[in-house]
Amino acid sequence: MAINILLVFFALYFVVMFLSLGFGLLPGLKKFFPDEDPFVFANGFIFFWIMGDLLMRFFMQKLPVMSVKPLLTLPIKRSTVVNFVLGKSVVSFFNFLPLFAIIPFGIMLIFDGYETSMIITWIFTMIILVLIINFFNFIIEAFSADSELSFLPIITVVGVLFALNHFEILSMTTLIGSGLLAIASNPILIIIPIVILAACYAFNFKILKSKLYLDSSLKSKVAEVNAADLSWTKRFGDVAPFMQLDLKLIWRNKRTKSMAFLLLIGVLYGLFFYPNPVYADMVFMFALIGIVSTGFFLINFGQFIPAWDSGYYKLLMSQNIKYEQYLRSKFILMVISVVLLFVLGIPYVYFGYKILIAHFAAAIYNIGVNTHVILWGGSFNRKKIDLDKKAAFNYQGTGAVQWLIGIPLMLVPMALFGLVNWLAGFAAAIALLIVLGVVGIVFHKKLMKGITKKYLDSKYKMIDAFSQDN
Amino acid sequence: MIYTKDLSKTYKGTTVLNIEELTIPKGQSFGLVGNNGAGKTTYFSLLLDLIQPTTGNITSNSVVVNESEDWKPFTSSFIDESFLIGYLTPEEYFYFIGELRGQNKADVDSLTSKFEDFFNGEIIGKKKYLRDLSKGNQKKAGIVAALIGNPEVIILDEPFANLDPTTQIRLKQIIKDLAEKQGVTVLVSSHDLMHVTDVCERIVVLEKGNVIKDLETNPETLKELEVHFASGATVSQEEE
Repeated sequence: MAINILLVFFALYFVVMFLSLGFGLLPGLKKFFPDEDPFVFANGFIFFWIMGDLLMRFFMQKLPVMSVKPLLTLPIKRSTVVNFVLGKSVVSFFNFLPLFAIIPFGIMLIFDGYETSMIITWIFTMIILVLIINFFNFIIEAFSADSELSFLPIITVVGVLFALNHFEILSMTTLIGSGLLAIASNPILIIIPIVILAACYAFNFKILKSKLYLDSSLKSKVAEVNAADLSWTKRFGDVAPFMQLDLKLIWRNKRTKSMAFLLLIGVLYGLFFYPNPVYADMVFMFALIGIVSTGFFLINFGQFIPAWDSGYYKLLMSQNIKYEQYLRSKFILMVISVVLLFVLGIPYVYFGYKILIAHFAAAIYNIGVNTHVILWGGSFNRKKIDLDKKAAFNYQGTGAVQWLIGIPLMLVPMALFGLVNWLAGFAAAIALLIVLGVVGIVFHKKLMKGITKKYLDSKYKMIDAFSQDN
Repeated sequence: MIYTKDLSKTYKGTTVLNIEELTIPKGQSFGLVGNNGAGKTTYFSLLLDLIQPTTGNITSNSVVVNESEDWKPFTSSFIDESFLIGYLTPEEYFYFIGELRGQNKADVDSLTSKFEDFFNGEIIGKKKYLRDLSKGNQKKAGIVAALIGNPEVIILDEPFANLDPTTQIRLKQIIKDLAEKQGVTVLVSSHDLMHVTDVCERIVVLEKGNVIKDLETNPETLKELEVHFASGATVSQEEE
């Protein structure tokens, strides 16, 4: 996942999801399973939640070890450093997210007449459980770091637990469910999860302390070069060297690599909406979904032009380059991505031919208008991006520009489309988007000239900003 | 060749560079020395139009550098690691610079093959990205990249720092050859007085942005510089 406007919405989305889960669970359970005790019933599913959480963390959460490198030479005890790293991992989005569900659910239960002390014990037990998962995940990760097949440990752990449960050799669901209930009704038993948590922490402490040396876990990984044949870019003429550079940029850096996967999300984006009959009649939404779906890469990559190259911007500025070529390379990449995403999205015709037409118009609009808008917006970028930093939940390089640019990029076409669709019908609205796009394509050369000038005007400011550490 | 007139750079009321007049003729190996904050890197950045002069300008080959970009084809430089593209291998980096400077792969290969000694087998064919190389090896790659495309002006900021002794000696030979045999104007800055006096025909001492000495290198120059910096010990000399 990459850092972008949408990510903030994702985070908020998850918070809202968990909140509604927390508030909605009790009434829901009562409605669909009126014969069951909702508290007992919910606890029966905690096992699956633990497994899901563990899997998600394994792929998304990493122990923040690299940040302690500067501490090693200071007169601080090694054990303090280890405690600091482990302590820091507690303050993670992954640990706060479950609280949004656990606490509301607990409150609802109390209002429903459950014994307050029992529910409060349960809430505390759940918080401890979250922390156990947090530290247990790092133990699994420590083992996968040593193993050739890095997914093996997590798959083994989850698989074995799941199999035990599924074939009823050891019913994990009831074990954990009744365990939680036992603790809730007998608070003294909370000692057990606390002991488990302490054990997990101690084990992590032991592993980490032995690894906290420059030549083991703190050693930055030396990546093998992956060279692909990029000679096909030659057909783009003098832009070719920049396109090769951009492709390598995307493929060889953590922060950008995830962008290639955004193509996939872009393709699947429509599936969040179209299968839902609620949206079938909301024709004005088609344009927005079309713009986002075909422009997913465009928006995510484009919003950080030229900050992607901030690490060596001085080089580019003192070299014998034509700025226009540099920008045109990015333009071509974005156009290719739009075309690709449109073609891959053709199957959406299954949900109605109007959707396909709207996507086509949106693709034209993206190519003709949004590419230029986002390149133009890039000339306001003043924030450096460190390509080596991890990608998930990384907001580095994000400034006001990234938020403001979303308005002309997505809201304007949606508003125009919606308005014309309402006043003059679907065909007119489609025609408007296509005409705007075609106008943009026709004036491409002229627009690029203006954009290039904008970049040249802010040259000194950008060089200065990109050489600051923010 | 490079003519500096009334050049000054001021940050929030503090003048960090102030040069009334400085002429560097073609083919000179020119050394810039001074303590930290003397304005060496500022001068080089102005020469490359990376920062804007507060007053005055620099003319390179009759091109005013902050008005036209026509100096770019004949100028090359290596200032710091921000001149390297970390996710490329050294070879890819050389080819990229080569393409920008109108050199094909064969041209670049024939140039880099001359520096096998200098690279000491640690740069070419190692299948490593520049970001994973040691500081010294990064520097070697950056310096050689600055030689691609027959530039007439080469600017190297602190080229000797981080290099091992053998490489320092080889680099000195390379710089001397560039100026003497190929008529290239080489601008070098350094904290190491011995290296600059070895390499440069002319040495300019900067102090707090002002030119305070302009010396033709002769056997006495090193002594003179050492005396100068030792007496100026009010300014700390912690670096190198």
